[in-house]
Amino acid sequence: MSAPLLDVRGLVTEVRRKGRGWTPVVDDVSLRIDPGEIVGLVGESGCGKSMTAFSILRLFPTPAARVARGEVIFKGRDLAAASPDALRRVRGGEIGMIFQDPSTFLDPLHTIGAQIEEPLRAHPFPGDRRARVIELIQQMGLPDPEAMVRRYPHQISGGQKQRALIATAMACSPSLLIADEPTTALDVTVQAQILSLMRDLRARSGTAILLITHDLGVVTEMCDRVYVMYAGKVVESNNTRVLFRAPRHPYTQGLLGSTLSLETASRELFAIPGTLPSADAMPSGCRFAPRCPIAQPACAASAPSLEVVDDGCAACHRLALTGRNVWREGAA
Amino acid sequence: MWRYILKRLAQALPVVLGVIVFNFTLIQLAPGDPVTLLVGDYPATEEYTRQVRADFGLDQPVPVRLARYLEQLARGNLGFSFANRMPVGELIAQRFGPTLMLMLTALGLAILIGIPLGVIAARNRGRLSDWVAQVGALAGYSTPDFWMGQLLILIFAVALGWLPSQGMRSARSVATGMQATLEVFPYLILPAFALGFRYIALLSRITRSAMLDALSADSVMGARAKGLSERRVLIAHVLRNAALPIVTVIGYNLGLLIAGSALIETVFSWPGVGRLLFDSISKRDYPVMTAILMMVSITVVIANLITDLVYAALDPRVRYAR
Ligand SMILES: Nc1ncnc2c1ncn2[C@@H]1O[C@H](COP(=O)(O)OP(=O)(O)OP(=O)(O)O)[C@@H](O)[C@H]1O
Ligand SMILES: [Mg+2]
Repeated sequence: MSAPLLDVRGLVTEVRRKGRGWTPVVDDVSLRIDPGEIVGLVGESGCGKSMTAFSILRLFPTPAARVARGEVIFKGRDLAAASPDALRRVRGGEIGMIFQDPSTFLDPLHTIGAQIEEPLRAHPFPGDRRARVIELIQQMGLPDPEAMVRRYPHQISGGQKQRALIATAMACSPSLLIADEPTTALDVTVQAQILSLMRDLRARSGTAILLITHDLGVVTEMCDRVYVMYAGKVVESNNTRVLFRAPRHPYTQGLLGSTLSLETASRELFAIPGTLPSADAMPSGCRFAPRCPIAQPACAASAPSLEVVDDGCAACHRLALTGRNVWREGAA
Repeated sequence: MWRYILKRLAQALPVVLGVIVFNFTLIQLAPGDPVTLLVGDYPATEEYTRQVRADFGLDQPVPVRLARYLEQLARGNLGFSFANRMPVGELIAQRFGPTLMLMLTALGLAILIGIPLGVIAARNRGRLSDWVAQVGALAGYSTPDFWMGQLLILIFAVALGWLPSQGMRSARSVATGMQATLEVFPYLILPAFALGFRYIALLSRITRSAMLDALSADSVMGARAKGLSERRVLIAHVLRNAALPIVTVIGYNLGLLIAGSALIETVFSWPGVGRLLFDSISKRDYPVMTAILMMVSITVVIANLITDLVYAALDPRVRYAR
């Protein structure tokens, strides 16, 4: 086994809420990305996917968030313990990042060319910056690079903005690209184009990608391995093929059922009953227990740890029962 | 761009015209008779009074007088000041320099003090310095400027004796040229501050909130994700975005300075247009009043136009067309 590119261990990220102090929203998360790998991070809205991604570069949308514990080992160095300046050199250099809504992450007052050039100015770049910008714009499949350089964000489409944002993130040829729901704000045909662009990038330059999404279709299409998060914790991980064919955590099984292949007679849309617990009212034992069809009193007593099953891991007290879909039989 | 400027000026013409007609009519309807002033307190004969009234065209109905006034205006004639026995144009030209000097100094103070205060408050959000700046700004903004003027005179001129408080230069001064300009400086400090302090308060508040908005924008996180230094993020992205509302507030509130200057110039005996307006009101010097109010409306129109042009230069999303 080669050394992982990124190895997150025991990450705890907290946010400060008015009057309630610091509460963890990412709780003891570990994940690994190998060089050139595309890894998915999935889960319901609010489960902590973005916070996990933001923690890697310690770059949060609000000052009321912090990495409280854990290690973020990137190429052998712990980013969680790195100085602000060392971290700055990694941002946009060795690790690029793109976001959900490309229109708000571009600065409306600067040209596309200037914005793509910024990381090249912030990091040592030996070549001709302008030539590199043109080259990036071409690689991203944007039309008329010479004109594109001079455009402002409001003059291009949403898909073009996301391409420009990817060009910015890829400017310094990073070895890891963190993509937080890069296609959610785009319409379906553009989504497909952006995803295929990202696959090309990986194939061409060997960039590993951490792809955050709640679209499981995107995961099957893109990812080598997947982590499933629930309420701030990783509950299951495996390579994509096995995870989709034989999910072992009741939550994963429900999640898969809620999107595609639950073969009920009526084929009606399945949804996991109940809602995600809020960060300051976490169940003490297994966090999924209140919504789980096979929960027992023991499940609420202690939190399950990740155990190796099949080729991956799952965190459930009742793995003996989860060889089959617990929702189909449990509900009956 | 030139087409846009011309179009905007053409659009402003009816506004200015409206201001003139409104003021003119309102003044004519106000109680009091300028002829008494012209004739003097000494009891004059009925004959003489009528004669003066006819000479100055004051026996005509208001619409006729308005039409005549507008006709003269179109030829560039602002009229004749009864009280000063001098063409209004010349009179205003004399007073224009001091007022411009006072207003630009007040504006400069507001920008140089208000914006840094706002930036500091935003960067120390929630801390004591932010709180002090916020309360100070609110108190400043709610203080009447003539009252502040008198307070400044009491403290710095009367009690401490540090600065002069009346006029523009010493009556005994014989200096000319550069020397004379420098001599004005100590006289300028108190009135400029009295005129500018509400603007300082306003700008520091706007700057603070504009900075906070700009700091929390996604694009700032995007800029940080590129590995830019905090300094670079602040200059290239935060300040640039925060400048937009600040420019708007500076430009659209110039009226505040203009209105304030009438009171401040009176309190400090500053020989400017504001003082002239005050005097012309108390003397019922109608042509001077109307001309000054017209000038004020033109100034506001031009200030707004300049504001919009600066805004468009800063924000690529705004275009002159349409
Ligand atoms: N600025 C913030 N202040 C306080 N709490 C926050 C803030 N941002 C996120 N949170 C909390 O952190 C938790 C995780 O949020 P996060 O944005 O990581 O979710 P997510 O999985 O990315 O969801 P989504 O799919 O909606 O993007 C949520 O419970 C949310 O309420
Ligand atoms: Mg998110």
